[in-house]
Amino acid sequence: MIGFLARRLVGLGLTLFLASLVVFTVLEVLPGDPALLMLGVDARPDTLAALRAQMGLDRPVTVRYLAWVGGLLGGDMGVSHTYGVPVGDLVRDRLAVTVPLAALAVLLSTALALPLGMAAASRRGRPADYGVMAFSQLGVAIPNFWFGILLVLWLSVGLGWFDAGGFPGWSAGIGPALKSLALPAVTLGLTEAAILARITRASILDTLGEDYVRTARAKGLGPGAVMRRHVLRNALIPITTIVGLQFAFLLGGAIVVENVFFLPGLGRLLFQAISQRDLIVVKDVVMVMAALVVAVNLIVDILYAVIDPRPKAVP
Amino acid sequence: MRSPPLLIAAALLAAGALMPAGASAQNRDRLVIGMQLEPPHLDPTAGAAAAIDEVTYSNLFESLTRIDARGEVVPGLAESWEVSPDGLTYTFKLRSGVKYHDGTGFDSADVKFALDRARGADSVNAQKGYFAAIGSVETPGPLTVAVTLTRPDGQFLFNMGSNDAAIVAPESAATNRQKPVGTGPFRFDRWVSGDRVVLARNPDFRDPAVPKLGEVVFRFISDPAAQLNAVRSGDVDAFPNIGATESLPVLEADKSFTVTVGTTEGETVLALNNARKPFDDVRVRRAVAHAVNRQEVIDGAMFGYGTPIGSHFAPHRAGYVDLTGLYPHDPAKARALLAEAGYPDGFDAVIRLPPPVYARRGGEIIAARLAEAGIRLRIEPMEWAPWLEQVFRGRDFDMTIVSHVEPLDIDIYDRPDYYFGYRSDRFAAVMEELSRTVEPERRAALYGDAQRILAEDSVNVFLFQLPKAGVHKAGLTGLWENSPVPANDVTDVSWK
Repeated sequence: MIGFLARRLVGLGLTLFLASLVVFTVLEVLPGDPALLMLGVDARPDTLAALRAQMGLDRPVTVRYLAWVGGLLGGDMGVSHTYGVPVGDLVRDRLAVTVPLAALAVLLSTALALPLGMAAASRRGRPADYGVMAFSQLGVAIPNFWFGILLVLWLSVGLGWFDAGGFPGWSAGIGPALKSLALPAVTLGLTEAAILARITRASILDTLGEDYVRTARAKGLGPGAVMRRHVLRNALIPITTIVGLQFAFLLGGAIVVENVFFLPGLGRLLFQAISQRDLIVVKDVVMVMAALVVAVNLIVDILYAVIDPRPKAVP
Repeated sequence: MRSPPLLIAAALLAAGALMPAGASAQNRDRLVIGMQLEPPHLDPTAGAAAAIDEVTYSNLFESLTRIDARGEVVPGLAESWEVSPDGLTYTFKLRSGVKYHDGTGFDSADVKFALDRARGADSVNAQKGYFAAIGSVETPGPLTVAVTLTRPDGQFLFNMGSNDAAIVAPESAATNRQKPVGTGPFRFDRWVSGDRVVLARNPDFRDPAVPKLGEVVFRFISDPAAQLNAVRSGDVDAFPNIGATESLPVLEADKSFTVTVGTTEGETVLALNNARKPFDDVRVRRAVAHAVNRQEVIDGAMFGYGTPIGSHFAPHRAGYVDLTGLYPHDPAKARALLAEAGYPDGFDAVIRLPPPVYARRGGEIIAARLAEAGIRLRIEPMEWAPWLEQVFRGRDFDMTIVSHVEPLDIDIYDRPDYYFGYRSDRFAAVMEELSRTVEPERRAALYGDAQRILAEDSVNVFLFQLPKAGVHKAGLTGLWENSPVPANDVTDVSWK
């Protein structure tokens, strides 16, 4: 286990190092002077030069790369060009929206998909199975932003129960904050649940066909016990993979839904930073997202080992 | 098994029932204003973003003079001023008893500090040109400031009323980006990054009758569909400058909303690269002007909202001359002019379009019309940053569409390095005289001359004045209908 963790951690560091090189290089060749964007079309050349010096844009490339990576290693993410605040603060504010949102969506999706998938698998070919499959087909087919717009039209514009979007901040209290995350979490959670329900059903059906399940049945175990002790545990491996992927996706990729609900999440911060050429924020956010994805993968790997403790051949 | 969608609906019902219904009970002390863009920071003296002004102008920060809703110069932190007969020395008499939000007092030293900072070598003020004529700032008394110019500047009092000339204190100037400290009727309360800025009444404001509201919330919603939803669900009380122009007819039909369409300072132009062939030939530029159908662009790209212009000047300003009839839509005339210029078969060109809707949609409409006259356009959409880099700074373009939003910015045609590459001694002479002229009627006449020269030379194709289309709940009064400077001045806003 220790060796396995050490190998994974080295891999993790290497991945992040490569990511930092790629991100930095890509942003170097991207056209657009952040200082000019800030000052607009009426800027005088001397003002522009003053701002460029203030932002450190006049330093050589290698110096800027080393300063950035050095800062990151020392826990300093630099200062946003446009906002003028430490990027660490910005990222922390946005993670306070994105992580709870992703967690809520994954919770909702798992809470729905696992029972549904199990129910469908154990009633294979019967109406309940078809019902679940139809629901999941619908969920996969409907784009989540469109579903979100429908929810807003129904529950916010029509009934006035929820705000149409936005996030008041955790300082406004847990209730209002959770309320503003409810619709986006349902939007994301339901579409994710549709995918996860299919995976769960397929995975359980696969396991049901295994020899050890037949053996367990032959020993006279009841269907519930077979499900709990033998089927579920083995079926959980692919399910965990998908849940991990979904969580990683939601941490970075929910930009569209964040736009529908005008939520200040990490995805939108990245989107805005790119259009404003706030390069330091772009670099840092990409690194944070990369780190989150890598960390989620690591946790999933550890979970494999916990779910299925049989010793494995070292790859 | 119970049906899961029903369960979810039940959960949502329960969550909704627990929360107070905000939409029905209107809080008379609070105003929520929607804005398209979030300001990068809140220091108007260190950035060009209009969103900074739209939060801070007259609410948080004040300047020596002030621009009112009609675009007139009125007293601000200076209650009166005198101009010396040669037009070079402005003596401002400051208001007494003014305090910054942090409790520090305001006097002439602050004015000197703020003006010297804005024109200093390290200044990152986006409108440094406003301060270029200042020779010295003296403080003969704590409530008297004398500003001496090196040359007359007819625009000086207007410029000193802009947010770029906001008076800031030495104690707080460095931290205004995140914690703005001004003298205005509202003080900064909090900023939920990416979502809202909250301002609260300044209880120590010099006029106890101002402001009328206790709290103003600025919410940032960029997606047009989300803007409409926020308005219709009652999340925002007003969206003074809405991006979702196409939804205005829907809101206009609803009695609980008031839709207003006002003017801005944004001259939207089809800019031509006068320094590059074939646009260095005035006949070609006139041909392009004849080929474009201005009203069609307004209808197609702006849903009919927008005032046609024939030169680079806002129709609501003193000195405006209507030149929209100079180049009527006439493809035959356009082809004749092109043939005369040596392009009987037309020519190929590229039009580079920045992101705003007016540019992207307008560009397509214009490309279709120019094709009728034989000008074959390749459309190249661009993001703002590359557009600024390549088109604006690099002057690498044939045509582009952009709105010039600075107030009274006709002088850009007198800048030798400006992106559309226009040079005219006649125009320069008018601008030179204008900068020396203070008397209003003479200035208006000179502005008229300037507009005529630009229109005759057909420097660009002048399309329309960008509208300020907004919506607010019925019962809200005091919002600016027009936008003489970028602002959401809520000093006088109240609920009926």
